[in-house]
Amino acid sequence: MLIYADNAATTKMSRTAIDAMMPYMETYFGNPSSLHSVGQQAAEALQKARESVAADLGADPREITFTSGGSEADNQALVSAAMLGAKKGKKHLISTAFEHHAILHTLKKLALQGFEVTLLPVHENGIVTPEEVAAAIRPDTCLVSVMFANNEVGSIEPIAQIGQVCREKGVLFHTDAVQAAGHLHIDVKEQNIDMLSLSAHKFHGPKGVGVLYARRGIVLSNIIEGGAQERGKRAGTENIPGIVGMAAALHDACTHMTENAAHMTALRDKLIAGLLQIPHSAVNGDLEHRLPGNVNFCFEGIEGESLLLLLDQKGICASSGSACTSGSLEPSHVLLAIGRPAEVAHGSLRLSLCEWNTEAEIDYMLREIPGVVAYLRSMSPVWKDLVAGKKQFML
Amino acid sequence: MALYSEKVMDHFTHPRNVGEIENADGVGEVGNARCGDIMKIYLKIDNGVISDVKFNTFGCGSAIASSSMATEMIKGKPVSEALELSNKAVAEALDGLPAYKMHCSVLAEEAIKAAVKDYYDRNGIAYDHNLFPDCENCEGCQK
Repeated sequence: MLIYADNAATTKMSRTAIDAMMPYMETYFGNPSSLHSVGQQAAEALQKARESVAADLGADPREITFTSGGSEADNQALVSAAMLGAKKGKKHLISTAFEHHAILHTLKKLALQGFEVTLLPVHENGIVTPEEVAAAIRPDTCLVSVMFANNEVGSIEPIAQIGQVCREKGVLFHTDAVQAAGHLHIDVKEQNIDMLSLSAHKFHGPKGVGVLYARRGIVLSNIIEGGAQERGKRAGTENIPGIVGMAAALHDACTHMTENAAHMTALRDKLIAGLLQIPHSAVNGDLEHRLPGNVNFCFEGIEGESLLLLLDQKGICASSGSACTSGSLEPSHVLLAIGRPAEVAHGSLRLSLCEWNTEAEIDYMLREIPGVVAYLRSMSPVWKDLVAGKKQFML
Repeated sequence: MALYSEKVMDHFTHPRNVGEIENADGVGEVGNARCGDIMKIYLKIDNGVISDVKFNTFGCGSAIASSSMATEMIKGKPVSEALELSNKAVAEALDGLPAYKMHCSVLAEEAIKAAVKDYYDRNGIAYDHNLFPDCENCEGCQK
């Protein structure tokens, strides 16, 4: 049995997306900038995809810029807002401690260029409050960027309310919606979102393509200079198959969002309830305001990478926030931000589901995971010290 | 390409010498749970020869594989030879480790040294302190 439970990392492409893309590789392969008919067929596909993506986000087609993915969109959103702010002497940016590195590293770069950054705490449940955002906004604040939902612990942020606060204070609001798009209802107007990033491969679309939505009137700064594609704001021949596939996948996901979420939520809750039976384990993230497919646990006394490798041997594909999976000595900054001690954060397991996971797969995981945890604990000196009372249990 | 060599996966999925030795002659524990790995080695020593060795490890796949391989390499060997086991030899015996996992083999070397040092201390055997670098100062763990 092969169970793919790492959908927050990436998803398998849907037949819908693949079928939508194929003609743009085989038949309508033109460059949309070409004036001949082959090029104009591609230009037409690009326009249709732009309209489709805009409609699924509640945006205007002119507000959609296609990028190479979520990271590029995040970079461009932050740099654009910073440049706009700097022109008015506003050089303060607000974000949260557990954003994706595409946000955190861009903020770090801006800080080196003289911008000031405030990272808000996200509490044990992984949720930042609109009140804290309001309190952090200063006269020189040019941007608030808060992710729509967290990629590791799945907590969903009060985006519409945060957007409301920003609008009242006249500050631009960006959200990294990479984990939310196609999974949670998004309407940029009703949710007061000025800028939004998304990535196609998180909802069964292709890799290497994403979107930056920027409300009309927000002038973007280029990250990639060159030709006049994307209204001059993102150079480079458009990835037509990718863009068409993304539009198809997003529309498919939005059309079936309610039923998919219901299916995934039921599986998620069964998995959480089952794994909680493992002693000295804890769920990470909020139980109520949570992505439908996200399950994230800490198991005390074991290390995540060895857990992942053993689960892989049993056909279960998962991920972890342990240091060893990131190639550094630091465990996940997200787990540290929600207050997990490093010792415990190393023993984390993320299972992220999609609508194609089945109840039989959940049952299989619930049969296999406790045994693997127990096996690793049986050879762990940390676990032995905990059991012997030489160390205090944290979970 | 796989993350680890077949040898690493073999020693990780079928680790040799897992366990504890009651009344061990030397016990060494190195690493830090904050950094994500702790290795504990138990030695049984008869007439200066390591007659049995067991380990317990909290850590990633390569940490477990390094412990397993290192215990295999010193079992039945004189203590003096065990002290000469280098992390490079452990990594080579595993057909290599990814660069950022080399510290796992360092931990294995250090754990064995710590266990031998414990044996020397318990038995009042004189030794050169320079042979036993302080785990706290090893490059593998900068916390």
